[in-house]
Amino acid sequence: MIEFKLPSMGADMDEGTLLEWKVKPGDAVKKGQVVAIVDTSKAAVDIESWQEGTIDELLLEAGEKVPVGTTIATLLEPGEAPPATRPARRPLHEPGEPVAPRGAPTDADIPAPTARRKVSPAARKRAQQLHMALDSVTATGPDGAVTLEDVERTAATAGAAAGDRLAAMRRTIAAAMERSKREIPHYYVMETIPLGRMLMWLTAQNAKRSIEDRLLPAVPLIKAVALTLRRFPDLNGSWRDGEFRAAPCIHVGVAISLRHGGLVAPALLDADTKPLAQLMRELIDLTSRCRAGSLRSSELSEPTITVTSLGDQGSSEVLGIIYPPQVALVGFGRIAERPWAENGGLKVMPTVTASLSADHRVTDGHRGARFLVELGETLQHPEELDP
Amino acid sequence: MSETDIRAVVLATLKSIAPEIEEATLRADRPLRHQVDLDSIDWLHFLTQLHEKLKVEIPEADYARLVTLDDVVAYLAQACSSGVLASRRPIGPH
Repeated sequence: MIEFKLPSMGADMDEGTLLEWKVKPGDAVKKGQVVAIVDTSKAAVDIESWQEGTIDELLLEAGEKVPVGTTIATLLEPGEAPPATRPARRPLHEPGEPVAPRGAPTDADIPAPTARRKVSPAARKRAQQLHMALDSVTATGPDGAVTLEDVERTAATAGAAAGDRLAAMRRTIAAAMERSKREIPHYYVMETIPLGRMLMWLTAQNAKRSIEDRLLPAVPLIKAVALTLRRFPDLNGSWRDGEFRAAPCIHVGVAISLRHGGLVAPALLDADTKPLAQLMRELIDLTSRCRAGSLRSSELSEPTITVTSLGDQGSSEVLGIIYPPQVALVGFGRIAERPWAENGGLKVMPTVTASLSADHRVTDGHRGARFLVELGETLQHPEELDP
Repeated sequence: MSETDIRAVVLATLKSIAPEIEEATLRADRPLRHQVDLDSIDWLHFLTQLHEKLKVEIPEADYARLVTLDDVVAYLAQACSSGVLASRRPIGPH
């Protein structure tokens, strides 16, 4: 019997509300399969199974909020028979409350054939303006008609929910950053890296690609960080229980800002092993899903380092705050043409200032400086970024 | 397709990425990305959608010319009228 616990979704998220199960008792699940969707302060997160088995019991109902680590389901290991007697546990329903047999649909579950809804013209127009599906609106008008007030009320509720999430996200970020600055003795090193070769190579690559496959400079930067980290395992991992644990894989968390405020840093998993085109697709997918508020538990729980890249619009330099329990963060400022001295001459060169914020309990500034120098060297050989 | 139609497509595309923008306060002759706060990925989405909707090829080398909303509309109008239509095959290096 495997106890399936609500996984950690990042250091700062300590509870979740079940939105929906994606499996039912008796279902076989594979490793990595999405079994449930859980709401957190940052996003609705797809919870993945970390092992193979058959769902025995679901111990949580939609709407219930539980702390991380709570057993939310039991799984039978492959070949294991279901237990004859189940251990006593907290009933999901109060005694006396009528309980529908689990898994068997009741009449109430089957939607009545949908008659065309009555909607006042003003309500229809307003719903169109708000891009709102009328199905989501509770009607209070005569004969069950949807009125303008119904549409406005639904819109206001949705707006309040979005506002709540924003406030919750702010608190979540505050908690993580407070913890970081309280617990992690940061040191910072910076290095300006010439990007002439890399950008020329990228331009040639992109000229061969159709618009939807073109690579943003952030992608080779992230890949270069991941490849360089192979030689710096002491920057890739976590600090837990008073000691550093190097991570076996390189999962690069990318800081993604959300339009209405807030920040999420989900992971590009195994970033050192993936071709640039795949990393680009995954980055776009991750950004879209972040902004839509739909992420996977492994993406939130598993970054082993974070990269923040300000792209071509941000500030010239950035010094980041480490996301606990990670031990390092690499920041890239704005890529721009700047004066560059080389071989006794001065020329104009696109450059980026890379910074490393690292945990002084694990590494020292000398080590951090060597990392940045090697990162700069890795970026001088762009063709090796995409073997 | 007239320039007015193209402007409408551009604005609709912009709104799909940044729903909070208000046309009234948007200065068509000022840098667009700063006004609307479009990051690199938003910008890529914006251009990709315009490429798909208008069937216009937008080489990366031309990105630098697309600064203001007026620039984008003028560029697309010229591309549409000169028949630089998007081909299915990517264009080779110049």
